[in-house]
Amino acid sequence: MRISGNDMLELIAFNLGDQEFCIEVISVREIRSWTPATILPHSPPHVCGVINLRGVVLPVMDLSVRLGMAPAEPSQGHVIIVTQIGSQIVGLLVDAVSDILAVPASDIHSAPDVSKNMDPELIRGMLPMDDRMICFIQLNALFASTESEAA
Amino acid sequence: MKKKVLTVDDSRTIRNMLLVTLNNAGFDIVQAEDGIEGLEVLEESNPDVIVTDINMPRLDGFGFIEGVRQNERYRAIPILVLTTESDAEKKNRAREAGATGWIVKPFDPSKLIAAIERVTA
Amino acid sequence: MDMNEIKEIFFQECEEQLAELESGLLRLNDGDTDPETVNAVFRAVHSIKGGAGAFGLDDLVSFAHVFETTLDCVRSNKLDASPDLLKVMLRSADVLADLTAASRDGGSVEASRTSGLVAELEAYAKGQPLPTSAAPAAAPAAAKVEAPAVEAPAPSDDSGFQPVPFSFDSIDDDDELAIDDSHSVFTVRFKPRSDLYAKGNESVLILRELAKLGELQVRCITDDLPSIDMLDPEGSYFSWLIRVETDQDEEAVRQVFEFVEWDSTVEIKAGADEEAFAALNASGEEQPMAAVPFDLSLLEDQPSVSSEPAVSETPAAAEETPLAPANLPLAAKAIAAEAEKKENVVPAAPAAPQTIRVDLDRVDRLINLVGELVINQAMLAQSVVENESGGSSAVNLGLEELQQLTREIQDSVMAIRAQPVKPVFQRMGRIVREIADMTGKQVRLVTEGENTEVDKTVIDKIAEPLTHMIRNAVDHGLERPEKRTELGKNAEGVLRLSAKHRSGRIVIEIADDGAGINRERVRSKAIENGLIAPDANLSDEDIDNLIFHPGFSTADKISDISGRGVGMDVVKRSIQALGGRISITSKPGKGSVFTMSLPLTLAVLDGMVVTVANQTLVVPLTAIVETLQPEKADIHSFGPSQRLIAIRDTFCPLVDVGNILNFRSDLANPIDGVALLVESEGGGQRALMVDAIQGQRQVVIKSLEANYTNVPGIAAATILGDGRVALILDVDAVVTASRGQPLSPDMMLAATG
Repeated sequence: MRISGNDMLELIAFNLGDQEFCIEVISVREIRSWTPATILPHSPPHVCGVINLRGVVLPVMDLSVRLGMAPAEPSQGHVIIVTQIGSQIVGLLVDAVSDILAVPASDIHSAPDVSKNMDPELIRGMLPMDDRMICFIQLNALFASTESEAA
Repeated sequence: MKKKVLTVDDSRTIRNMLLVTLNNAGFDIVQAEDGIEGLEVLEESNPDVIVTDINMPRLDGFGFIEGVRQNERYRAIPILVLTTESDAEKKNRAREAGATGWIVKPFDPSKLIAAIERVTA
Repeated sequence: MDMNEIKEIFFQECEEQLAELESGLLRLNDGDTDPETVNAVFRAVHSIKGGAGAFGLDDLVSFAHVFETTLDCVRSNKLDASPDLLKVMLRSADVLADLTAASRDGGSVEASRTSGLVAELEAYAKGQPLPTSAAPAAAPAAAKVEAPAVEAPAPSDDSGFQPVPFSFDSIDDDDELAIDDSHSVFTVRFKPRSDLYAKGNESVLILRELAKLGELQVRCITDDLPSIDMLDPEGSYFSWLIRVETDQDEEAVRQVFEFVEWDSTVEIKAGADEEAFAALNASGEEQPMAAVPFDLSLLEDQPSVSSEPAVSETPAAAEETPLAPANLPLAAKAIAAEAEKKENVVPAAPAAPQTIRVDLDRVDRLINLVGELVINQAMLAQSVVENESGGSSAVNLGLEELQQLTREIQDSVMAIRAQPVKPVFQRMGRIVREIADMTGKQVRLVTEGENTEVDKTVIDKIAEPLTHMIRNAVDHGLERPEKRTELGKNAEGVLRLSAKHRSGRIVIEIADDGAGINRERVRSKAIENGLIAPDANLSDEDIDNLIFHPGFSTADKISDISGRGVGMDVVKRSIQALGGRISITSKPGKGSVFTMSLPLTLAVLDGMVVTVANQTLVVPLTAIVETLQPEKADIHSFGPSQRLIAIRDTFCPLVDVGNILNFRSDLANPIDGVALLVESEGGGQRALMVDAIQGQRQVVIKSLEANYTNVPGIAAATILGDGRVALILDVDAVVTASRGQPLSPDMMLAATG
């Protein structure tokens, strides 16, 4: 996907460990606090399990593991970002939401090809903010991969 | 003044087609699903012309037409028979029962309207 | 509403008519002689033809027409509804259904099927049934119809089903094409009889119609008009002499009189008859009643006329007199009395219950919401218990009532989606006929309890296993007609398909009066396939149940019908996947009965809530035969990792659910837990080891696939009273996995992911 022109991007930024990531606000349905998930047998390591979201069985993904980092140890402080892509709803387990941003698309830099653990498909680009560096996540890739791995 | 047509047909498809066709042609429409209902509706609806099917449950088109003709108020009302039976015997029976004319299905809208206009002043 | 919507209605209606058609034919087949049954069957085909014609579905029209013609012969008692004829008609009904489906969904029906039946139907209609029409066998069926098929379809297309062209139609067409301005002149003499008026026709309207053809000169001849005292108010005394100058042909002129030709004398001659006009004009000078030039424009200002004739203002008024005839009231009374009599004769149809059509999505949404309500009510109840150590009695009472109400709402909402099994049963009639044709067997399908209702989710899923079972019953269960006769049985086998409600489930039985299970053959086959040891000591029931074993097939040669890899094991699996069970009882020489019992809905499920490795799972209650508290002495190790539990005099393999689902890597100690004895494929039993039983309850089934994907070993999810998601165990998958096969191929992928 190309990011073009001076379109404004509305982003929601969050922490995983000591790093900062963001996704587009438009895909976010809600943010809720962590509740223990029901473990799904034989699921890939980044799938925490499923929780009850007002009657909907919502799968929750540990985004840290998905991005190749150490698994989160969920506590009451953790939050689940409920995202929707297509017809599926998936929760992303993150440490905390840090910011809501509106930036011109031209501010997004392409990601350097350095990480060994991180799938480059998952990264849409990098967003430098003052002294911070926010990694812009490609949400579709996250889900598509989940499906193919788990299916 | 709008003319009112009473249609009697047991087929939902045909009822709907009649409804649409006649409505587009500016008629008022009353519908019944078989002969018995047709006779009931006739009394309260006071139509100018009747279009009826022949093959219907409970009371068929022949019986219905006879019933209409026996009704003092409607004994001279134009009745068009909507029928797939184009053979002479069926037409004869319809005529004997008192049908004014017939429309052979499948009707196209212009034929239906023309036939109705033909038997109504 | 546009044409597409009407077409949609048409196809819906076709479905209903086809069902009506089939059930009517089956009733006739069972010896029903009620003329109304034949009428209903006729009407069904007739209706389909009528609608199909309107949408230009020519294939459907022409086949329906032939079918209808033959049915009409039966209806008018020209043709006897013999069993052979009914067979042809039932097959015709199937083809009609296929043609309808082809019209709706695209696609086509094999021409040979249609033409063959067309030939047979037409032969019957002509009173010369084709010699081989009885008991058609699979192969000859196609060949047999070839010969007459060539000539037969031709008349079917134009015999009778040619719309009679209307004059005004041809006017419209010809007007546009009329470059040829050679106007011809016709002289028409038109003398209506009183019948013409009695049928609602009107001379004036005929003349108006005629005027549309061209220039008209009209003379009204009043010679026959009697003196007023002799005048019959309803008599017809006038005739008309008309000169038509038109660019149309004589046929067009004749068409104008189409509706009235029986009730009048119509004479049409080419050319002008100036003499006749002259004579009329001449005599007019001497007569008090002159032939009056008729002014059609009078009609234009007429208000809407119903039964009142339009001519009343013309000099011809006498024809339809305003003088009220003295005998009319009497006549009217008589007519009324007659009508009343008629009214009474007509049997009052039972008032149909009122129904509304509702979009299925709306019902589903409602059902989902009620599901939420059930969960919320359970959660509320649980939190009250937790927070108030028992709660106040008022709260508890309220909660109890809420629970009651919730349950009732749920039942009522479920009832909305409940549907009779009838449509599925009706489809089976066709399956039976097809398979009977293919195998050369004679079968009569008897259905019972068609109105038994079950949730739509279940209805949609029972057709397939049912089809396989029916095929199996005809193919393997019933003997060939010769064999049956030899055995002193009726050559025609009977297949009984029944449905009923039993303890909150629907029970469907398929019983045949065939040979029953050939236990010797089943046994030797099982030994041959290595399913059982040659010296295995099996009860009759055990042997019968071997047919549900994967890959088991008793047919010596793989037949085209039930040998396509679909064995009874697949049937059993699909029924179990619905939370159902299937069993067989068989009596040699008398036949077999397959019994399946299914939940009434797939939206909720009665489950056993259990704990496995600190996880809460729900096991469908239907899968559980009994629960056991294993004793140390009952547990026996077997092979490297297998353990068996002794139940009475048998040994049953233990299945550690926690281990299979990868919740824990080690094996649980059976003595610390509970064993759930479940029925597994092939009739064998397994003991599922769980840590503890929490209780039984009804749970609302939630799909995991909606937002995630299929999880091996897990059938679905639900939400329990504590608000957490619990997984519903797929018992079959778990048992299969315990045999050493991976839970599913997906699992391997998932594990490496």
